[in-house]
Amino acid sequence: MNTNTYFKEHFDELQSTDILSGFDAIRQNAFNEFNRMGIPSIKQEAWKYTRISRLFEKDYQYDVKPGTTSITAADINAVRMPGHEIANELFFINGIFSLSLSTIRSAQLVVQPLDEAASNEYRDIVNNHFGHSSAYIMDGINALNTAFIHGAVFIHVKRGQITDHPVYIYHLSDARFTNSFSQPRNLVHVSENAQLQIVETFATIGQQESFTNQVIEIVIEKDARVDYYKIQDDYSINSQVSTTHIRHVGKSYSNSVVISLSGNIIRNNLNIVFDADHCEAHLYGLYCLNGHTHVDNHTIVDNVKPNCLSNTLYKGVVDDLATGIFNGKIFVRKDAQKTNAYQSNKNVLLSEGASVSTKPQLEIFADDVKCSHGCTVGSLDEEALFYLRSRGVDKDKARSLLLHAFAKDVVENIKSEPIRLYVNKLISERLQIDLL
Amino acid sequence: MLKIQNLRAGIEGREILKGINLEIKAGEVHAIMGPNGSGKSTLASVLAGRETYEVLGGSVEYMGKDLLEFSVEDRAKEGLFLAFQYPIEIPGLSTTNFIKTAVNEARKYRGQEPLDAVAFLRMMKEKMALVNIDQSLLSRSLNEGFSGGEKKRNEIFQMAMLQPKLAILDETDSGLDIDAIRIVSNGINKLRTKDNAVLLVTHYQRLLDYIVPDFVHVLYNGRIVKSGPKELALELEERGYDFIKQEMGQFEEAL
Repeated sequence: MNTNTYFKEHFDELQSTDILSGFDAIRQNAFNEFNRMGIPSIKQEAWKYTRISRLFEKDYQYDVKPGTTSITAADINAVRMPGHEIANELFFINGIFSLSLSTIRSAQLVVQPLDEAASNEYRDIVNNHFGHSSAYIMDGINALNTAFIHGAVFIHVKRGQITDHPVYIYHLSDARFTNSFSQPRNLVHVSENAQLQIVETFATIGQQESFTNQVIEIVIEKDARVDYYKIQDDYSINSQVSTTHIRHVGKSYSNSVVISLSGNIIRNNLNIVFDADHCEAHLYGLYCLNGHTHVDNHTIVDNVKPNCLSNTLYKGVVDDLATGIFNGKIFVRKDAQKTNAYQSNKNVLLSEGASVSTKPQLEIFADDVKCSHGCTVGSLDEEALFYLRSRGVDKDKARSLLLHAFAKDVVENIKSEPIRLYVNKLISERLQIDLL
Repeated sequence: MLKIQNLRAGIEGREILKGINLEIKAGEVHAIMGPNGSGKSTLASVLAGRETYEVLGGSVEYMGKDLLEFSVEDRAKEGLFLAFQYPIEIPGLSTTNFIKTAVNEARKYRGQEPLDAVAFLRMMKEKMALVNIDQSLLSRSLNEGFSGGEKKRNEIFQMAMLQPKLAILDETDSGLDIDAIRIVSNGINKLRTKDNAVLLVTHYQRLLDYIVPDFVHVLYNGRIVKSGPKELALELEERGYDFIKQEMGQFEEAL
């Protein structure tokens, strides 16, 4: 597509059809930003290893009119994740929320179209928090998502409520007839003393290509907790730019696990902002890749306020001609004394053609902090392999056992049992090992 | 059971074993002693199939088959066991899961059904008692954070689970205090039968107080230079390895 004229046409269409949302000004501003910054190029430091522009060279169907989909309940059954029987399930088709396919089971949850929430009792929350990620990801891709905000959802957990069921968010691309481009956008607000578990995944229905540019913003109030899991296991021709922006606005806790297994180009941004004292965040990631899959993980932990703790652990197993990238940034602002921030990235390369780039970054402006970072890239430990084989375990199985063991300290942080077992199963399939 | 003839092996072009001859029959315990650098651990590694070593010549017959033709894992499945001098730590893999995989792989190889959970647990319990090892230790990551004694007991526990025909114990006493040596040795002794054999590789005589060998061999500079009954170990202890060197007339070989 010719991105400029292509998006201009769709933008004009959206602005003229979706006039009641109240997002016109935000969209217009973001679209101007998109035009100014354009599609990120590899000349930009943050996109050095990921040539996202080549995805924009393809022709996509970009449907900006809400509510028109022929995807049925039967189509979505194949992509449902274990535990869905008791989960709140939110389905987005080509980036647009589908109320008819979704199920809300938890009374503690409020799920509303974002534009409604922007003008009702939740107005202040939306105004205070929506778009906060744009200050952290200043690039054309993020602006493009904001420029096209529609069909978005506001998820709210009421004060003091522990959501009894997790929220599964499915980003479905309908690529049965044409390539599909979609831009889901959501805002999650977890009130004081509340808890929520979110599982996000991406799936393409059909054989054509899909490209999803998704943003979720999560706000955590005082004494609240969020567990956030993202699973990327779509077909190898499908791509995602996926941004998760978690903002702690009161003393609170978050635990994120990002699992990337399959796809074409995947770029993940995970931002943690400590806008309050004594917050704690755990950021885990596992990329277990083969074929030509390219996964670029960027994490940011911004310590704005003092006494916060963050621990980042990303692990990669990269085979064939796949590429894994980790770029982890920790900012400690001037006032953020007593910050504890740990960061580690470990990689195992399984083939000559596989590649890994890893870049930890610390920017510290306070003087009383504890920060550490480290990274390793290596091949599978031959001594360990020999040890297992010397007990009669076949080479391939020994290899799989070791890789499974390597992945364990990431995967075990998935607190939801059905999701953890599901992820273990996906990893086992990838590593070709029977579950023990 | 095991017949080693003129075995020569080395690493990175350097010859370490320079013609080993050794025969072990079922029911026997053999001890290989020798100074540091004499090739003891190399011999253990070559028998287990460690691929960093290159076999340069000679033959090893095991249970009537050519051992050197087998892969590392198939040697294990054929009943050969190597207790490591330095057991490897593997974070994320529990001993229980690991040994269950190993036991069932061996069973599959012999055409047996895998053990069900109950039978496996019963077997575990029985073998744990042998080496005085705790269930909680086995649920932890393999050898990670284990003390020296725990690691060696875990080796003997694995040996008990796999019930090898030929066990090669590489410096199993190194780094152990007397109590730990006693526990480990008791475990090994209880596993002895008339059908299996043990090859002990050790630098010191003290292990042989607990596991009494039928034969003692002195390995020096890549060759077995002296063999004898268990009393040979005592003589070595008393006189040190120097007298061997003197007998060999190789004063220039510094320890």
